[in-house]
Amino acid sequence: MDFGFTTAAYVVAAVLFILSLGGLSGQESAKRAVWYGIVGMGLAVFATLIGPGAGLWWLSILLIPAGGIIGYQLANRVQMTQMPELVAAMHSLVGLAAVFVGFIAHIELGRVLAMGAEEKKALEGFAKLLAKKDGVEIGILRVELFLGIFIGAVTFTGSVVAYGKLAGKLTSAATKLPGGHALNAGAAILSLITLIWYCNTGGFLPLAIMTIAALFIGYHLIMGIGGADMPVVVSMLNSYSGWAAAAIGFSLGNDLLIVVGALVGSSGAILSYIMCKAMNRSFISVILGGFGGAAGPAMEVEGEQIAIDADGVATALEEADSIVIIPGYGMAVAQAQQNVAELTRRLRAKGKTVRFAIHPVAGRLPGHMNVLLAEAKVPYDIVLEMDEINDDFPETDVSIVIGSNDIVNPAAQEDPNSPIAGMPVLECWKSKQVFVSKRGQGTGYSGIENPLFFKENTRMFYGDAKKSLDDLLTRIS
Amino acid sequence: MKIGTPKEVFDGENRVAMTPDSARQLQKLGYECAVESGAGLAAGFSDAAYEEAGVEVVKTAAALWKEADIIAKVRQPNATELKRLNKEKTLISFFNPGGNEEGMALAKAKGANVIAMEMVPRISRAQKMDALSSMANIAGYRAVIEAGNNFGRFFTGQVTAAGKVPPAKVLVVGAGVAGLAAIGTSTSLGAITLAFDVRPEVAEQVESMGAEFVYLDFEEEGGDGAATGGYAPVQSDEFREAQLAKFRELAPEVDIVITTALIPNREAPELWTKDMVEAMKPGSVIVDLAAEKGGNCKLTVADEKIVTDNGVTIVGYTDFPSRMAAQSSSLYATNIRHMMADLTPEKDGQINHDMEDDVIRGATVTFEGEITFPPPPPKVQAIAAQPKKEVKELTPEEIRAQEVAAFKQQTKNQVTLLTVGAVLLLGVGLVAPASFMQHFIVFVLSVFVGFQVIWNVAHSLHTPLMAVTNAISSIIILGALMQIGSGSFLVILLAALSVFMTGINIFGGFLVTRRMLAMFQKS
Repeated sequence: MDFGFTTAAYVVAAVLFILSLGGLSGQESAKRAVWYGIVGMGLAVFATLIGPGAGLWWLSILLIPAGGIIGYQLANRVQMTQMPELVAAMHSLVGLAAVFVGFIAHIELGRVLAMGAEEKKALEGFAKLLAKKDGVEIGILRVELFLGIFIGAVTFTGSVVAYGKLAGKLTSAATKLPGGHALNAGAAILSLITLIWYCNTGGFLPLAIMTIAALFIGYHLIMGIGGADMPVVVSMLNSYSGWAAAAIGFSLGNDLLIVVGALVGSSGAILSYIMCKAMNRSFISVILGGFGGAAGPAMEVEGEQIAIDADGVATALEEADSIVIIPGYGMAVAQAQQNVAELTRRLRAKGKTVRFAIHPVAGRLPGHMNVLLAEAKVPYDIVLEMDEINDDFPETDVSIVIGSNDIVNPAAQEDPNSPIAGMPVLECWKSKQVFVSKRGQGTGYSGIENPLFFKENTRMFYGDAKKSLDDLLTRIS
Repeated sequence: MKIGTPKEVFDGENRVAMTPDSARQLQKLGYECAVESGAGLAAGFSDAAYEEAGVEVVKTAAALWKEADIIAKVRQPNATELKRLNKEKTLISFFNPGGNEEGMALAKAKGANVIAMEMVPRISRAQKMDALSSMANIAGYRAVIEAGNNFGRFFTGQVTAAGKVPPAKVLVVGAGVAGLAAIGTSTSLGAITLAFDVRPEVAEQVESMGAEFVYLDFEEEGGDGAATGGYAPVQSDEFREAQLAKFRELAPEVDIVITTALIPNREAPELWTKDMVEAMKPGSVIVDLAAEKGGNCKLTVADEKIVTDNGVTIVGYTDFPSRMAAQSSSLYATNIRHMMADLTPEKDGQINHDMEDDVIRGATVTFEGEITFPPPPPKVQAIAAQPKKEVKELTPEEIRAQEVAAFKQQTKNQVTLLTVGAVLLLGVGLVAPASFMQHFIVFVLSVFVGFQVIWNVAHSLHTPLMAVTNAISSIIILGALMQIGSGSFLVILLAALSVFMTGINIFGGFLVTRRMLAMFQKS
C-alpha cells in the first residue's frame, strides 16, 4: 500500500481523536466520543501495519492482542476507587515505550550512518527514512530523540512512584533525599551536558547516562510531592507522556504521533493548571513539593469538637428539606460510595432535595469523586461543582462532610496566615447544620487544624465512613 | 429520674408543659414521666392519652411535686409551688427572673436548680428550645385572628355582584418573631400588610414574608441588633419623633394595627399614641401584644377588649398562646424536650447540669443554692454582626467601563502572547530545515487545538479524560510498529516490548473509559 493511503488514514485518525476529546464536554456525548477514539486508534494501527516501513507484522498482530487481553483484564477488574493507581501505572507504560522507541531510533540511526551509499539504497522502512536525512536534520533528529527518551524516562519512574504512593505501597508523605532539589537540578544539568555531548558524538554512552539521570529525576521529583497533590501529579505525568509521544513523533517524522502527543500534552497541562488553581497554588510550588511557609502564626481555634451519634444524624436528616453531601478522599478510602448513594436514594424518596458538592481537588485524581458517585449510580445532575453550589449553602439545612477536610476548611477564608489561605473552599459552615464523618480527631493531610470542626453548628460523626453510614441507614427507612 | 408536669394553677392558663408525644421522646432519653390528673385537659390531652403514652397519672399536685425529680411547667411558679421544691429537684419553667426577686430568693432558699425558659440564649444551637420564639409565633398568628374576629370586614379585597370590597390594610409594628408571624398570617389572609421595625436590616425578612417595609426618612447610626442578643436596642429621641410622625401619617389609612414592640426588662415603649387612635377610622382594630408590659398603646387595658369613643377596638389580651393551648402546648413541650435532651447527653435518664454549656448556663437562674442570674455573656457570639458598610453599588456606567477595561486587558494579553509566539516561530523557521518546519507547524496547531478542546471538558469528566488521553497516548505504538521490522535482534526485542506494553494500554485505557462513562446516569 502506498504512502498516500497511510497519510489519509492518519488525517482521519487525528480528526477522530480531536472529536473524542471534544466529546467529553458532556456526559451523553462522551459515550459516543470514546468510540471515536477507539475507531481512530484502530485505523491508525491498521494503516501503519499495512503502510510503508512496517515489517514483521505477524509479530505485531500477535503482540497487540496479547497486550490487549491483559489490558482487558485490568480494565474489568479494577475498582473505581483504584482508578488513580491504574491511570498512573498506565502512564508508566507509555513512558517506558517512549524510552524504548527512542533507543531503537538511536540504534537505527547509528546503523544507517555506518552504511555506504550503496547499502543505503537497499534499505527499507524506517531506516530508509533515516538514510535520506542530511547533516542538520540528523542533528535535529538527535535532539528530538534525546528529548523523547528524557521525558519518557521521567514519566516512567515518576508514574511508578505515583502508582506506589496512590496504591499505598510507598509512603504518601513528601520525602526527599539529602540535597533536595539540588539533586534534581544537578541531574538536569547533567542531562543538558550529555545532550551536547550526544549531539557532537552520537555515541550511546551519553544517552545511557542521560537516561539514568532522567529516571532519577522522575523518581526523586515525585517522591518529594505529598499524597494530596496527586491530582496535579497524575495530570502532569499525563501531560509528559503526551510530550514524550510528540518528541518521538518528531524524530520518526510521524505527524499523527505529533498531533496526538500534542493533544494529550496540552490536555494534561490544562488539567494540572485547573487543579493548581483550585488549590490556589502555583504549579511550581506543587512540583517542588510541600506547602509554602506561612507568614505568621495560625489563628487559634477555639471551642471543642462535639460528637453526635447515628440517631442524632438520622433525626436531623428526617427534619431537613435540603441536604448537601460533600465527599472526599476518605469516602474513597472507606469504599463508602454505595452507602452514600443508598442514603441519597432513601432521602430523595422522602422528597428531600439531596445534592453533592464536589471540590475540584477532592480525591486523588481530577474528577475522582464524580466517577465514584457515578459508579454507585448517583445521577450526575445532582452532582454539582463548587462554583455551582457554594452560594446555596445558606439555604441548606444539613451538610454532610464525608471524609474531606481541607476542602471545607474555613481557615482558607478567615485566617490570612493559614497555609491554605485563599484556596477556594466549599462554604458548608454556612448551612444550618454540618455533620462531619471522620475517623478520628486528627488533622487532614496538610496537617492544618480545621476550625469547621469546632463551629457550633458542626457535629462530629466519628468512625469509619462506611460503618457510620451503615449505622445511619438502619435508622432511615 | 422522673419528670413531672402539674396542672397549671394560674387562672385561665390552658397550656401544659408535657404532651403525650413529648413524653414518648422523654422516655427515649431514659426518663419516667408523670402528669397531674387533668393537667392536659384544657389543651385537649386527656389522662387516657397520657396513660397510653406510658405516663403515670398522679391524682394531686402535692403528690406529683413530691414524686418528681424534675418539674416541667409553663407559667412562673407561685409561692406555694416553690415551697414544694427541695435541693434534689430541678424546675424548668418560665420564671421571669428579671422581675421575680422573691421567687428566686425562695428557690435559692430551697436549694433547687431552676431553669428559666425565657433565658435560653438566642443562638442558633438553642433555637430548638427557644420557648419565647415558639410562643411569640403563636401570639403573632393569634393576634391577626383576634383582629379579624373584631374587624367587621373582609381581609382580602373582592369584587362581588353585590359591590366592591376594598382589602384591609394591616400595620405590624415590630418585626420580631411575633411580628413576622403576624405579617405572614395577615398577608395570607389577603390584607395589604405594612410593617415597621427600628432595625432596618430586618426589611429583607419583612419583604420575604410579603409585607411592605415602612422606611423612615431618618439617618442614624442604627444600633446593631446582634449586640443586644437579637433584640432591638433603645432608640434616640429624634428617631422616636420621626417614627411617631410616620405612624401619625399612617393612622387614618390603616384598618388594623398589631403592635409587638418589647424591650427586655423594661416597660413597653409607647408607639401608638392617643391622637393616633383618635385619627383611626371607626371599626378599626388595635391588637397590642405588649399589653402585659403596659402596652405599646397607652389606652390598652391588659387582659381586656375595649372600644374607644370613636369606635376603635383595642384588644389587650395577654394570653394568646393559652388561647391556642393545643398548639402552644405541643410546641412548648417540644422546647422542654429539647432542653432535656441537652441536659441528658448520655441519654441515661440522669440530669447532667453542665454549667460550662452556654445554653444551660444562660438559662439557669438558681443552681445549688446560689442565684446565678444574670448570666455572663455567652462565650460564643452566635448572631452574625451586621456588615458595617454596604459595598458601594456600581452604576451601570462604571460596570460598563470595567467590562471595557477587562476586555482591553484581555485583548492586550492575547495580542502579546500571539506576537511573542509568532516571533519565536519565525525565529525557529529561519534556522530549521523545511522538513522539520513541516512537522513543527503540525505540532503547534495540534497544541492549539488541544487547548481549545480541553477547556470545554466538563469537570466531572476529568477522570475519563485522563483515561482516554492515556489510551490515545499509546499512539506511540506507531513508532514501535514502524521500527519492528527494521534491523537487528535488539531492535526487534525493544520494539516488540513497546508494542506489547502499548497494547495493554490501548485496550485497558479505552475499556476503563467506557466502563466509567457507562456509569454516568441522569436522574
